[in-house]
Amino acid sequence: MSLRSTVFAEIAAIAAEQEKRMPPITDDLVMLDTEFDSLCFALLVARMEDLTGADPFGEMDASDLPVTVGDLVALYDRAATRLAA
Amino acid sequence: MILRERLLAAGGLDGLFLSDHRSERDLAGIVSGGRDATVTAALTGRRVLLAVGGQMAAARAMIALDGLAARLALVPPKLAPEHIARIASDAEAEICVTDAEGVPPGALPGLPRIDAEDVFRAGSASSRETEWALATSGTTGAPKLVTHTLEGLAGGINTAATPEAGTVWSTFYDIRRYGGLQVFLRAMLGPSSLVLSEASEPVRDYLIRVGERHVTHILGTPSHWRLALMSAALDRLNPRYVRLSGEIADQTVLDALRIAFPQARIAHAYASTEGGVGFTVEDGQEGFPATLIGSRSGIEITVRDDSLFVRSSRTGRRYLGEAPETLIAADGFIDTGDLVERRGERYHFLGRRSGVINVGGAKVQPEEVETVINVFPGVSMSRVRARPNPILGAVVEAEVVLCAEADADLAALKKAIIAHCRPRLAGHKVPASVKFVDALPITAGGKLVRRGA
Repeated sequence: MSLRSTVFAEIAAIAAEQEKRMPPITDDLVMLDTEFDSLCFALLVARMEDLTGADPFGEMDASDLPVTVGDLVALYDRAATRLAA
Repeated sequence: MILRERLLAAGGLDGLFLSDHRSERDLAGIVSGGRDATVTAALTGRRVLLAVGGQMAAARAMIALDGLAARLALVPPKLAPEHIARIASDAEAEICVTDAEGVPPGALPGLPRIDAEDVFRAGSASSRETEWALATSGTTGAPKLVTHTLEGLAGGINTAATPEAGTVWSTFYDIRRYGGLQVFLRAMLGPSSLVLSEASEPVRDYLIRVGERHVTHILGTPSHWRLALMSAALDRLNPRYVRLSGEIADQTVLDALRIAFPQARIAHAYASTEGGVGFTVEDGQEGFPATLIGSRSGIEITVRDDSLFVRSSRTGRRYLGEAPETLIAADGFIDTGDLVERRGERYHFLGRRSGVINVGGAKVQPEEVETVINVFPGVSMSRVRARPNPILGAVVEAEVVLCAEADADLAALKKAIIAHCRPRLAGHKVPASVKFVDALPITAGGKLVRRGA
């Protein structure tokens, strides 16, 4: 599974578990403008770390905080590149 | 000091407001509305449980009841009915102020109720000092009540200063929790306007409201701020003062706020329900300067056995309830339970001595979660601890030792354990991850090793 589809699948799974209604997940979607709340977001980051071994939030610049789903995918993409290097 | 008297004496209430996600009200109208002698009589000198749904009702009731009730016990939102019952009993409540969103019908049998709408019309000329009781997390997951005086609660607030023109306060927190109550009191003792949040409101909607009301002073936990920093609506906010409390403020969030709000004063406060406001740090660095250790105006801070101790008139007075624990030691100090470490000229926070996990400002007692996990078939024992998380500071992680005969499909078992926890625990207490281990370390006394875990 690609990193993008992993992120999309985990967002959908967590939203279902937490009983949140989500609009269709796209790159442009601003997650925090939806019902996807801080706990959902925290779970997503924990699961992505379990799945990919990367915690890009722990090592990023303060100005890099992701706003959209696409930003988030890009953040994990860069972390995966760093891990592979 | 009585809230309503302060507000009436302060004057200058014209144009000031209190707003929430539903409505906006003139502060002057709230303070000087009509009085009802019957309602006043029903509440005078009583121990009152304030268990309403929204923050607007809570704010109006607090203004009406301070100086009237003998004791005012604040029930935070979204509390389980058995925990509300515990607070009512510990507070020895004689009457419950509630509304349609507060206590469910049938809960708290035997405790007379009065509708919040009626209570807003309470108030008398004579006044007494009301004892305020705030809920904190107890060792078994049930809340404990800590009593304060209004003077003590306001001890960290410069009540002599006139607020800067146009000051509008807001808080991501609920005003029935210690941190949020500080903001409520700052606004009321100013006086200045106040924008209230709503627990179920998306960050975006709250930020838009805060922007529309021109909020200048705003409080949130580091977790609230991390979320706001990731919202496209952050640019609605143009604060002069940004305050963080309730969790450890790390350098990343402080730096991100500095970039987002270059004009603002950014302060992280050290405060707790038991210990009151300890100090505020405004130099933009995590931790606090070692020079804060010692005695300053009204407060004394010391480190004993790696734990922060506070002595001041702003700390809570005592715990309520049957066989309450001792809050204040014989020498007047309160052990905050917060572990600190000195690195050079600065102290850094390490976490809680008790192992309590702070999930975005909400406390989790490991034992409460372990008790739920341990009844799951095939589980021998478990240890619950904090897993560092960049969004909420920490999430809950469980290490589980299985019985020899347990199911070998570990991935399915992990999902089943989490699914078992979900209906039995509040969302933030449900483990984010489960790890299976062969054994867990036990002390010579037979207890799970927690510290440094």
